[in-house]
Amino acid sequence: MTGMTITEKILAIHSGREYVKPGEIIEAKVDLAFANDITAPFAIKVFEELGAKDVFDRNRIVFVPDHFVPNKDIDSANQVKLIRDFAKRYSIRFFELGEAGIEHVLLPEEGLICPGDLVIGADSHTCTYGALSAFSTGVGSTDLGVIMATGKIWLRVPSSIKVIFRGKLRRWVSGKDLILYLLRKISVQGAVYKAIEFSGETVKELSISDRFTMANMSVELGAKNGIFEPDEKLRQYVKERCKREGVYLYSDPDAEYEKIIEIDVDEIEPQIACPHSPDNVRGISEIGEVRIDQVFIGSCTNGRIEDLRIAASILKGKKVAKGVRLIIIPSTPRIFRQALEEGLISIFLDAGGTVGPPCCGPCLGGHMGVLAKGEVAISTTNRNFKGRMGDPESKIYLSNPAVAAASAIAGKIVSPEEVL
Amino acid sequence: MIEGRAWKFGDNIDTDLIIPARFLNRTDKDELAKGCFCDLRPSFSKQVKKGDIIVAGENFGCGSSREHAPVSIKATGISLIIAKSFARIFYRNAFNIGLPLLECREAADDVDEGDILRVDLRRGEIRNLTKGKNYFAIPIPDFMMEIIEAGGLLNYVKKKGGASY
Repeated sequence: MTGMTITEKILAIHSGREYVKPGEIIEAKVDLAFANDITAPFAIKVFEELGAKDVFDRNRIVFVPDHFVPNKDIDSANQVKLIRDFAKRYSIRFFELGEAGIEHVLLPEEGLICPGDLVIGADSHTCTYGALSAFSTGVGSTDLGVIMATGKIWLRVPSSIKVIFRGKLRRWVSGKDLILYLLRKISVQGAVYKAIEFSGETVKELSISDRFTMANMSVELGAKNGIFEPDEKLRQYVKERCKREGVYLYSDPDAEYEKIIEIDVDEIEPQIACPHSPDNVRGISEIGEVRIDQVFIGSCTNGRIEDLRIAASILKGKKVAKGVRLIIIPSTPRIFRQALEEGLISIFLDAGGTVGPPCCGPCLGGHMGVLAKGEVAISTTNRNFKGRMGDPESKIYLSNPAVAAASAIAGKIVSPEEVL
Repeated sequence: MIEGRAWKFGDNIDTDLIIPARFLNRTDKDELAKGCFCDLRPSFSKQVKKGDIIVAGENFGCGSSREHAPVSIKATGISLIIAKSFARIFYRNAFNIGLPLLECREAADDVDEGDILRVDLRRGEIRNLTKGKNYFAIPIPDFMMEIIEAGGLLNYVKKKGGASY
């Protein structure tokens, strides 16, 4: 019997086993299940059709409307109302406008997710919580509806890929650039069905915020989850927020990996994903002249306070290029308030940007910055699929917040050095 | 036995292409069918006949967890998707709503748009009636086959004793 990875250990604990190995199908207990305004209505339908008398545990389910809020149209308003009414009926926590933000930023901030947890969300970016050394993965609405009734989910134990990052990050290079670089290396199919374990001296130096960004985009590699080993930084983060203790697990030295990828980060420059795939990645020096119409800084990938601080440090005292629209959306009300108190919001407004209420916003082309035919955007989000942010003839480039802010000033995609 | 006309798609067909976000504010299946591939192939939902089959490349259904994606495909009348590989959330979602998927590289390479296919799901056997060829897919795991035969996860769980399964 070989050792186990963190992912395997969490799955073993939650399925009441001593040991699991890749390929096995297990039935696991869920610590926290949630859905948003897009996925909850279907899930509620499934739950009701199941005929369950009650939810499995009202303290382990939450609803976060974040995609099309504040309600963008009548259909969206009806969807949110349906969720609100259901939550009330079963005494489930529903984050109302004003306290709600983007689910994957809000739930850790609220201290609802601890290391060692098994978290299932009806949203593909549920993998974000791997930054907290939790196993978390996205599912669809039917799975979630069944979990609401049973508290359980069937899962196939994934095999693991270990990615070891070594070296020191250059200026303006962040967790976003590391995950884009990995996409460039192994493609959007590089980790389909697998667990990714982020490791190495470089990731130990990364903030929890940067780790969230990397775990968040694990799904872009096709992965089931992306996970970081716990360390002192994580313990501190958890101590300040979580009401529970959490379980700190480490991969065994003889744990088996399907593949080990080693990346030397010393030479990595800011990375840009070009249209129309997150793995169509180039270094910023290879981009050439790309004029832009819109810049978006926000989302579950890069809308945290650390991201806004970096953007503000570049935008301070500068103006957005004529004809360019800069949209900034703090991911949660707490981040919004903090940005306000730190003077970041004034910097954005002075630069000629606009600031939206916490929500997913233009990331998925819902509202608050939909692109017209032929328009080009640079965005700190996670997907640049064709038509993702609006018209199918529009183009999306993905970057870190520093590059996005610098590009807003230049009116074209540039490295921060060019505007400072 | 499933029989239908093949509709060919490439690699990495993402959920935004399958159904754009502007359709996600509704759950009505017929409405969702209208949005299916509306940007990529605007006439798709009108031309598909009940029983037709999608044949695609790698990583079909990558991206979002929106169940609207397989729901909209099924609502157009598509009875099966054959691809080289599938994204994992899409894979779960499709089986959960009773839309079967088969992984078969040979068929994905060889089948042309418009070919008529006859498929034995349990055996994973695909007959190309137009070309007179046979392909063999990776068999669907028993557990997933049970879900399909029940008509989806909801009915499967009900059959197993409902919420207390």
